Amino acid sequence: MTAEKTVSAIPDFRFTPSVDQVGVEERASRFTKRSIKTASKVSGLKLALNMIDLTTLEGKDTEGKVKQLCYKAQHLHDAYPGLPTVAAICVYPSMVSVAKKALGDSGVKVASVATAFPSGQAPRDVKIRDTKFAVNNGADEVDMVISRGRFLQGDYNFVFDEIAAIKEACGDARLKVILETGELGTYDKVRKASDIAMYAGADFIKTSTGKISPAATIPVTLVMLEAIRDFYYKTGKMIAMKPAGGISKSKLALHYLVMLKETLGDAWMNNHWFRFGASSLANDLLMQLMKDKTGVYQSGNYFSLD
Amino acid sequence: MPRLEVLKTYKIYIGGQFPRTESGRFYIVKNKKGVNLANVCLSSRKDFRDAVVAARGAFGGWAAKAAFNRGQILYRIAEMLEGRKAQFIDELIKQDSSAADAENEVNLCIERLIYYAGWCDKFQQLFGSINPVASSHFNFSVPEATGVVAAIAPQNTGLLGLVSVVAPIIAGGNSTVVLASESKPLCAVTFAEVLNSSDVPGGVVNILTGKPSELVKYFADHMDVNATVYCEKDGETQKLIKEKASLNVKRVVLYDKINWQSDEGQSPYFIMDTQEIKTTWHPIENIGGAKAGY
Repeated sequence: MTAEKTVSAIPDFRFTPSVDQVGVEERASRFTKRSIKTASKVSGLKLALNMIDLTTLEGKDTEGKVKQLCYKAQHLHDAYPGLPTVAAICVYPSMVSVAKKALGDSGVKVASVATAFPSGQAPRDVKIRDTKFAVNNGADEVDMVISRGRFLQGDYNFVFDEIAAIKEACGDARLKVILETGELGTYDKVRKASDIAMYAGADFIKTSTGKISPAATIPVTLVMLEAIRDFYYKTGKMIAMKPAGGISKSKLALHYLVMLKETLGDAWMNNHWFRFGASSLANDLLMQLMKDKTGVYQSGNYFSLD
Repeated sequence: MPRLEVLKTYKIYIGGQFPRTESGRFYIVKNKKGVNLANVCLSSRKDFRDAVVAARGAFGGWAAKAAFNRGQILYRIAEMLEGRKAQFIDELIKQDSSAADAENEVNLCIERLIYYAGWCDKFQQLFGSINPVASSHFNFSVPEATGVVAAIAPQNTGLLGLVSVVAPIIAGGNSTVVLASESKPLCAVTFAEVLNSSDVPGGVVNILTGKPSELVKYFADHMDVNATVYCEKDGETQKLIKEKASLNVKRVVLYDKINWQSDEGQSPYFIMDTQEIKTTWHPIENIGGAKAGY
């Protein structure tokens, strides 16, 4: 990694590589064929647990709900000693101070969505103030949405400049850029949006808000992981990845870890470089871990609400 | 020209679908003459796990249906069974019944379904109560469905045992996963087709085929199952079920002395075996110094 490399010129996004749809989907389906058993399964489940951004993004969120979620983040299942915590709590900006206080020095980070989440349909100065509000309240990470309308119009400079402006507003907070792949339509557009986000200063690229279907899928995540890999080869800079929405089963989470391992390698296999945006995934992982520990199939009744 | 018979693939019934077992295993069902009748799914513990997920998903909606509506649906099952009598009689005869016994068995099944259809909105009145209490409360107890019931159907009959066990479970608002007779599983799968066309929501009844010896442990120890029904006299297995069931304090229901052919094979008490009694204390005002009657 040389100094020259990190300040490499911004490429012409008209020449972003195109994606072979059939090839990507074929490759993606193979990640689901790996047999992961016993000890490796348990360590995979624990790793997935440690990569979760435990999320509540509802209009009806209250302080009580956020405090409850923060407690869960630190005490996933006390009947199973030695479990990791989740990586972060993900909330709206108005709840950042509540979450920050509830989490204290537990090491669990606070992520806040910002920039008129989930639509992103607001003027830039509003988005910047939204971001600064979250950061000033103590958010360690900011999840922004790109302006999909502008992107689909072909106004790539607008999208690029916006991400760069939000990155500046973030200060020390890490920036996750949500592409909302469900609204982009094609893998080519996902790839282009990923490249724009990374060159504009994203620390993470993230698939979805969770408000649009389809949210994260294995193929779309693969396209983004490959964009991260190419970016790393060009610039020497690592970018983190966060698939979000629709990942609620342990088995699926393990498929994602397989894909991560086979696409980016061991350096990315931790919660600094990979996250799951999810809420109900945590309980499913806990139930699988308890199944392994006790030998009997579990019931949701014996796990805390999410 | 001789016609090549189109044979039915006997599959299992989970969540309103007819999948094959995820394990890909099967066993060959033979009658007493040694004739191969069918290749039947040899269900695995993962099929059972999937079936419990389906049953849990269906439970809320089924339990919340009006009791009267559940009665209508049970009656509908009987209607559908009546329309397909010939097929069931044919299958029972293939599995060693005489023609007379087979017809008698199917008739009895239809009558039993009608019987429990009638009980759906009546047993609560019989077994619920208003209780005298010494404070100003209106205090009443009513039976409520216990949840997901895992049942191993009686092994000595092809259809009657299964119907006699399943009908009271679902009449009371539970959902169920039931394992068919190992040696006579054909009618169980065909009965799933009847259920599928009777307005029974997918997942309320799930039917597996396979070996009780292999699956009984999981029927008894799954934490998301609320009751286990077992119908054989095998003491060792009964002990195993009771031990495993203690993990989450399941109800264990043993029907090892019942002659399903007779009138003792049907009773509202069978519905109560998978119910729990819930008591409510409803505060009432003590008006003008009058004592609360109840």
